[in-house]
Amino acid sequence: MKVVLRNPRREIDVPAPISVFALLNCLDLNRESVLVIEGDTLVPGDAVLDGEQLVEIRPVISGGFA
Amino acid sequence: MKCRVCRGPAVIDVRRQNANYCSEHFLRMCRDQVTKTIEEFSMIERGERVLIAVSGGKDSLACWDVLRSLGYDADGFVIGLGIGEYSDESSRYARAYADERGLTLLTCDLREEYGFDVPTAATATRRVPCSACGLSKRHLFDKAARDNGYDVVATGHNLDDEAAVLFGNVLRWQTEYLGRQLPVLPARNGFPRKVKPLVRLSERDMAAYCLLAGIDYIVEECPMAAGNKHLRYKEALNQIEVQSPGSKLDFYIGYLKRASSRFIPDAEAEQGNLAPCERCGAPTTDRLCAFCKLVARASGAEPVRLRTTS
Repeated sequence: MKVVLRNPRREIDVPAPISVFALLNCLDLNRESVLVIEGDTLVPGDAVLDGEQLVEIRPVISGGFA
Repeated sequence: MKCRVCRGPAVIDVRRQNANYCSEHFLRMCRDQVTKTIEEFSMIERGERVLIAVSGGKDSLACWDVLRSLGYDADGFVIGLGIGEYSDESSRYARAYADERGLTLLTCDLREEYGFDVPTAATATRRVPCSACGLSKRHLFDKAARDNGYDVVATGHNLDDEAAVLFGNVLRWQTEYLGRQLPVLPARNGFPRKVKPLVRLSERDMAAYCLLAGIDYIVEECPMAAGNKHLRYKEALNQIEVQSPGSKLDFYIGYLKRASSRFIPDAEAEQGNLAPCERCGAPTTDRLCAFCKLVARASGAEPVRLRTTS
């Protein structure tokens, strides 16, 4: 299954099927810091990704402050 | 996971609420939280003109979208900061959002109108880029509101932003900053009222809001924010949040309710007596305001080419 990561943008291969929670654990990502998007659909933590569509893990943390 | 409201399939979990939502009810929850915040802190009256400080990122566009959906008279204002392609692309997202919905977007370009950009200002003043950027934005948002008759400036600061800044201010006990860290700063001495309607919603909520509401925004991070201490504070707070959901909201709202009033005198003492800047007329405690001093130092400097690592 192709998984797109951002900042910088890159693609990795992950074995499917896998749950969203397991995918984030596997990549050591904090679930508070990202959204997981399958195709163009937001998916919750217990969803199982079957590898049929591209998966994007989108970071949500931004900002610089004076 | 099922939606808390309709029991249909959920698309997102909001762990601090111990709840899951479908798309429709997540968007409604976000709007309800903003309504609650506006009313609780008396942010905006019906009929007032609101200027949204827009960057092209998720928070400011979501803020604009929520306020419009709640019926507020809200226009946008975007500043070209000159941070290479990042600034150009950010402005394009802001412009696209406004044009697709027939909204008014005011614009200003730092290089064209003031003769410098953020990378050049950072080098000329030997300060971190976020300092020159924040100073310029605050000044120009205030000016745009005064010049164009807006009652209030709204920014897209969210719960994560406010919790991270609070964390930093508490770590170093910067009491004058703590006294100003409020969701509403009243209009005074030539400064327009400033409000932060998103402070009950997390950064993750705002990204999800944009995705579910069909709002395109710039996902890439500002290349000059790399290493910013507030990004590290956000990571630290999210480590706590994932173990103890609701910690960020309790930290921030608890501060507002139980402690913020104790620091307001520190902020007022620091502000001193304000008088108009000799050059631009903005309120300042000195002969020239901080922005005019920045213009004087940066506008004559050799333009700096942005260097990025990614």
